[in-house]
Amino acid sequence: MLSIKNLTVEVDGKEILKNLSLEVGSGEVHAIMGPNGSGKSTLANVLAGRDGYEVTGGSITYLGKDLTELKIEDRAGEGLFLAFQYPVEIPGVSNIAMLKAAVNSLQKYRGEEELSAGEFLKLIKEKAAMVEMKQAFLQRSVNEGFSGGEKKRNEILQMAMLEPTLAVLDETDSGLDIDALKVVASGVNALRSPERSMIIVTHYQRLLDYIQPDFVHVLAEGNIVKTGDRTLALELEERGYSWIEQQVAKG
Amino acid sequence: MSESTQELDALVHREYQEGFVTDIESDTLPPGLNEDVIREISRRKNEPEFMLEWRLEAYRKWLDMPEPNWAHINYSKINFQDISYFSAPKNPDDGPESLDEVDPRLLETYAKLGIPLDEQKVLAGVKGANIAVDAVFDSVSVRTTFREKLAEAGVIFCPISEALQDHPELIKKYLGSVVPQADNYYACLNSAVFSDGSFVYIPKGVRCPMELSTYFRINEMNTGQFERTLIIAEEGAYVSYLEGCTAPMRDENQLHAAVVELVAMEGAEIKYSTVQNWYPGDEYGRGGIYNFVTKRGACRGDRAKISWTQVETGSAITWKYPSVILYGDDSVGEFYSVALTHNMQQADTGTKMIHIGKNTSSTIISKGISAGRGQNTYRGQVKILRGADGARNYSQCDSLLMGDQCGAHTFPYVEVQNKTATLEHEASTSKISEDQLFYLRQRGLSEESAVSMIVNGFCKAVFRELPMEFAVEAQKLMDVSLEGAVG
Repeated sequence: MLSIKNLTVEVDGKEILKNLSLEVGSGEVHAIMGPNGSGKSTLANVLAGRDGYEVTGGSITYLGKDLTELKIEDRAGEGLFLAFQYPVEIPGVSNIAMLKAAVNSLQKYRGEEELSAGEFLKLIKEKAAMVEMKQAFLQRSVNEGFSGGEKKRNEILQMAMLEPTLAVLDETDSGLDIDALKVVASGVNALRSPERSMIIVTHYQRLLDYIQPDFVHVLAEGNIVKTGDRTLALELEERGYSWIEQQVAKG
Repeated sequence: MSESTQELDALVHREYQEGFVTDIESDTLPPGLNEDVIREISRRKNEPEFMLEWRLEAYRKWLDMPEPNWAHINYSKINFQDISYFSAPKNPDDGPESLDEVDPRLLETYAKLGIPLDEQKVLAGVKGANIAVDAVFDSVSVRTTFREKLAEAGVIFCPISEALQDHPELIKKYLGSVVPQADNYYACLNSAVFSDGSFVYIPKGVRCPMELSTYFRINEMNTGQFERTLIIAEEGAYVSYLEGCTAPMRDENQLHAAVVELVAMEGAEIKYSTVQNWYPGDEYGRGGIYNFVTKRGACRGDRAKISWTQVETGSAITWKYPSVILYGDDSVGEFYSVALTHNMQQADTGTKMIHIGKNTSSTIISKGISAGRGQNTYRGQVKILRGADGARNYSQCDSLLMGDQCGAHTFPYVEVQNKTATLEHEASTSKISEDQLFYLRQRGLSEESAVSMIVNGFCKAVFRELPMEFAVEAQKLMDVSLEGAVG
């Protein structure tokens, strides 16, 4: 589904990802862990196509297409979703208006008919309940004045509405207390399906207590240095990232 | 150049859609200004003697006035002798009795602009169902719809030239009573040469049964448009009025110097909305309308309310400060403005709220958007006079910048002579951030839709003040005016 081969990415002329390779199959959940500055968020941003992240080597193939050739919105159209580490505020634009425009943009991209107001309302009601979001929330400006937990829940609501094929969650657990973390995790778990793959970028293994990944990769200095199953995350938790760095240094 | 930059570039070069010229036979006075020209305008309009005298008095005052230069705008000096002061489509004698007598090319012009001049169509119609329209083409009004229906309610809605014939006493009483002849340079010029405009009179206790609107179009080359609008709402009356404006694309600058006067008596309310889309000139700043306008309302009675809402997207230069003088106790003044400058456009706009009566209140919400090399200035004055006990003002001025070659400037003046007054002022300047664009595009919106969504969100507090039908228009207009503004 997603095949990253020997990917090298520069930001401001500095190499952040170096020769990184990763294969993600349908329905798989991959966790990317690593210390600060290892390139985790760069990977998330480069997949979504953010400006300023220059692919200088390697390839990203997604559903048989060269992902780097696609515009940001077309990647979304192809089913790629990024849950932001820092969701952005859009003053004066209600959550519901933004979601309606987004849902219908994707419908249009896929050559499908736009949802009627009734269909849309029914859908959003159902999905909002899933992340325990009140109706009044939908009328508020996108992320404006939201608490950290509300912002992250809002990201998961958007993900639920847009039904992506590949969801990339960038540090979705950061800034969440334990209750909010549970709500977010149960939202994500509800969205797991054999047709939906996920890449979960996180610094701590805490999130992985609630969302159990199929694979855990450890990123250090721009490359995946270790891959394992869930137990790797637990081992990391216990021994810390310095353990990995020492192993890499030993080479 | 990246792919997306190229696309944006193509959009920047999108043409002004209302820029066509109507090929119609016109009766245009040769360029130049002197007392004979003024006599000729007055003669053609068959005006009563007092009107001619008033015009001449204004002209003589104007000759002694200096051109103002305090606004934050740059332009080459206007040669007032190069402008033609009267242009009218050739018409059967006294103007059209029915639509059949209106030149079909004129009807076509307004149809192209989406302005319904056919009452049947409006009645049967889909869009803008409850609106009466006065259409002003160059210097004359070509058609006013629904006059009979309005007359049943006692409302007078007609070209001001006709009001001069049919209701001279009202004109004599109110014309120049809010904006005196020599108020300022352009208002004074307007007083001397004004050609047409709308006249509205709402009698005591009447709520005007429909939205009134005037549609202004400059067509002829080298002409100025000097319209004059006068709206009077008697005790307890209510009216909502909207004006819209467009002009053909021409390389020369054209002058539009209008005066609008509003009078609201005790408990009356006037809601005045403007969607201004005069030709803005090209990307190099060639051509475009100089929009030098004086708009002022007077709340003459207690609890009167005047509300200005403007969406200014056109014109090479906009210079206007719709104001409210709050004489009556508990009277209310409001100003909601969106001003957008793109390419080389310049806007210096804002308001004046003069508090005289007790417990008067005013609200100012100004949203300036600058793109390209546009310059956008908010200039506002809040004045609380000695007797205005308990006066309140709330001002909010927000600027949105797109790109790094445009400018936003804010000049709020405040003068308070009464200790019991309460004033609040909030201001902000922001940029459309890459983060916002990336966020919305990641959700599937095109770059254009993302910009449009962000800008419309920014303008929301103003758009919601517009009558429903026009709010949608205004939003579309913003989209069109901003296309390609990011990059």
